[in-house]
Amino acid sequence: MSNAANTRISEPQGIDMVFYRIKKNFTSVDPYLTVFGIFLWLFAYWVLCEGLQIWRFSKLPGPVAISKDWFAFEPFQGISIFTQEYYEHIRVSCQRILIAFGLATGLGVPLGLFMGWSRKVRDYVFPIIETLRPIPILAWVPLSILLLPGFEGPVIFLATLASFFVTALNAMLGVDSIDEEYFRAAGCLGSSKWDVFKNVVVPGALPFIFTGLQISIGVAWFSLVAAEMVSGDLGLGYLIVDAYMNNVTVPMVIAMITLGFIGYFSSGCVRALGNKLMAWHVKELAQQGR
Amino acid sequence: MTNFLQKLFGNTTGRRGVSAIIVFVIIWHVGSQLDEWTGYDMLGIGLVPPPADVFVAFLGVVPKVGYWMSWVASFSRVITGFIVAMIIGIPFGLLLAVNRYFRGVFFPPFEILRPIPPLAWVPASLIFWPTNEMSIAFVTFLGAFFTIVINVLGGARNIDISYLRAAQSMGASQFDLFWKIVLPGTLPSIFTGAAVGMGITWEVVLAAEMISGGGTQGGGGLGFFIWSSYMGGSLEQIVVGMISIGIAGYLSSSAIRKIGYHFMPWRRLF
Amino acid sequence: MAKKTSKTAKKGEISIKNVTKVYDPTGVNVMAVDNCSMEIAGGEVCMIVGPSGCGKTTLLNSIAGFHSITEGSIHLDGELLCGPGKPKAEQSAERMVVFQHGALFPWKTLQENVAYGPTVQKAMSASEAMDKAGHMLADAGLGSFITKFPGEVSSGMARRAEIVRALINNPKVLLLDEPYRAMDALTKQIMHESLLETYDRTGVTIFFITHDLEEAIFLGDKVHVVTTRPCQLKKTIEVKIPRPRSFETQSSEEFRKLLVEVNDAVHEEAVKAFKAGEREMA
Repeated sequence: MSNAANTRISEPQGIDMVFYRIKKNFTSVDPYLTVFGIFLWLFAYWVLCEGLQIWRFSKLPGPVAISKDWFAFEPFQGISIFTQEYYEHIRVSCQRILIAFGLATGLGVPLGLFMGWSRKVRDYVFPIIETLRPIPILAWVPLSILLLPGFEGPVIFLATLASFFVTALNAMLGVDSIDEEYFRAAGCLGSSKWDVFKNVVVPGALPFIFTGLQISIGVAWFSLVAAEMVSGDLGLGYLIVDAYMNNVTVPMVIAMITLGFIGYFSSGCVRALGNKLMAWHVKELAQQGR
Repeated sequence: MTNFLQKLFGNTTGRRGVSAIIVFVIIWHVGSQLDEWTGYDMLGIGLVPPPADVFVAFLGVVPKVGYWMSWVASFSRVITGFIVAMIIGIPFGLLLAVNRYFRGVFFPPFEILRPIPPLAWVPASLIFWPTNEMSIAFVTFLGAFFTIVINVLGGARNIDISYLRAAQSMGASQFDLFWKIVLPGTLPSIFTGAAVGMGITWEVVLAAEMISGGGTQGGGGLGFFIWSSYMGGSLEQIVVGMISIGIAGYLSSSAIRKIGYHFMPWRRLF
Repeated sequence: MAKKTSKTAKKGEISIKNVTKVYDPTGVNVMAVDNCSMEIAGGEVCMIVGPSGCGKTTLLNSIAGFHSITEGSIHLDGELLCGPGKPKAEQSAERMVVFQHGALFPWKTLQENVAYGPTVQKAMSASEAMDKAGHMLADAGLGSFITKFPGEVSSGMARRAEIVRALINNPKVLLLDEPYRAMDALTKQIMHESLLETYDRTGVTIFFITHDLEEAIFLGDKVHVVTTRPCQLKKTIEVKIPRPRSFETQSSEEFRKLLVEVNDAVHEEAVKAFKAGEREMA
């Protein structure tokens, strides 16, 4: 509604809104604290590792050494933003995550929905999942290396398995969370079973599904790194272990920071997708002032 | 016992569950025999040890002292890392929640470090700490720490403001507010965080034991038990190790549930 | 079975005969409804009043087809809904329910919600249904909110939209389960007027559960007071205040007299229910 002719106090629009937000932000103390906090942290890191080099901190690369190498055309320790190798590791890890996350979502969401929807499916499937779930994902490492071919197989299997459990359980809880009255209302209105599934079960479980997906992508990265560290030929997890084995510490830290960034970015993507699909949910929460 | 059996077989859900597990074991057995029966190589499925062999292997390790030493080693690592994470994480999370300046300064670095998977810290920690044992403890601590802090922070900030106002109107001091309202109000989230953190702790201990080859110093632990079975090529023992860790993880998470039940009487209604 | 031969024999006549419902979840028999009989004429506004937890909702659920009944039978326009050999009625759009907490699908806009029924019943094409839904919502005074989600509008608007969602299916009976329970008095007043207007227009049979006595008398043709658990018909009070009624009706002498009469009947049951609750807790 742009023709707000009668509204005396109109909200700033478009670019004005951006300026307004920036201005408002700078009048509060929070952004200064944030900058100060990050600066303090970096300074402490630098003092410990490079400034004073106390105790064993001297063994770790400090912020100056890392940034020097990271942004150098010809890095001392092999990895920088200008080397092909760096991007190769990132690409491989991301590709594995995409496959694993896609598989886990594609299998886990439908299974979870059916477990939530049908008493029978739950009675038969849930006990098996609950039996397997307490086994930590990493305990599957040796078995999957032995049973699955190549480097890719085990790595993808482990990441998939980890996020599959989380996704399936959350989808199931999502269906559980739907108020019985929605099912009754749908029944009254003359829905077929398929109508109910499409119009009640799936949208109703969506908030839980996306909570699950956010956790699941974190878990997928967690297991991927572990799997790449143990068995792998490429990928950021492998880069960390490889650097460690070759006694170069800078690429190790670069890989850690990169993992942090990508992990954060990927869960941000999942959240954004969720908010886009659940406009109703976002607006409802906004209405409740949350 | 009869009570337990009644619960298991007395209703449809129990009967279905038991039959599902039985079918699962049968499929497992059939899968492990596929190579022999069909004469083809089934992409490694045929390598899976049959359930009976695993059972025999389990009976084989149970009397051995070394096996139980692995339990003790892993458990002590998990408990050490976990308790340290609780001791540091709960006050840290609460401080983040109640003090705006503290949050402004310390939350951003925390958020920058949080997305780094705990296991990525393993090599750095091996370099930094003088002993293997200390580096395992450190990574274990990290794994649980981030989860606990985030849960404590979220829980404390979600406390209904009217409880605080009610307490204040009854004349509560700042000290009272913290001990009587904020802390109990955060307790459910603390226990949620603890349950999740416990799961991560087990993962991390396992990985650390595998990567660092926990056998070089100190007791091996269950992760090393699996790893050495893998090195020795004993598939049955790998599965035995997996099951043992599953049981261990289950025991620790139900312990947390029990403790939570004890500390939160108002939640027992649910 | 003497069928009522009233002059205005509209559709939507419900006859409840000796209905008994026993819950048996864990071997403890709980009798929710005991041998309850009621006749509701077509096009009548029938109000059910009784203490909380007395089994009114159980009765409504049996008519709607959410629950089975243990004994007795329920007929709609002479057709058996549930009874011997058929413990549970099937759910159907001829008996529309408006729920206590509101059950508009939060993930659909008001318009999509209203259009849902005709679309899934394949009574209309999706676009026709959306058109009609838009018109009906506009008639109900919700024209500028049709693209909003239920979470974005007030509870009063959501409840009106829910009644529209029910009416678009041309139901024979509207079953309302304390729909205005959580509303403030002013909103409630407006909701009542809007419901009465809807009723005057459509003449649909209304089965309305409440424990607000003024609401019961203001809206109803008949007020059935039921006992505390197990639910039985205690007393039927006819409300002969002429329609259309407006809020001034509530200050009339007749209204006051009826209120006292209903209150007498209900209060006794409420005390009984409260004591029973105390016994259960102890």
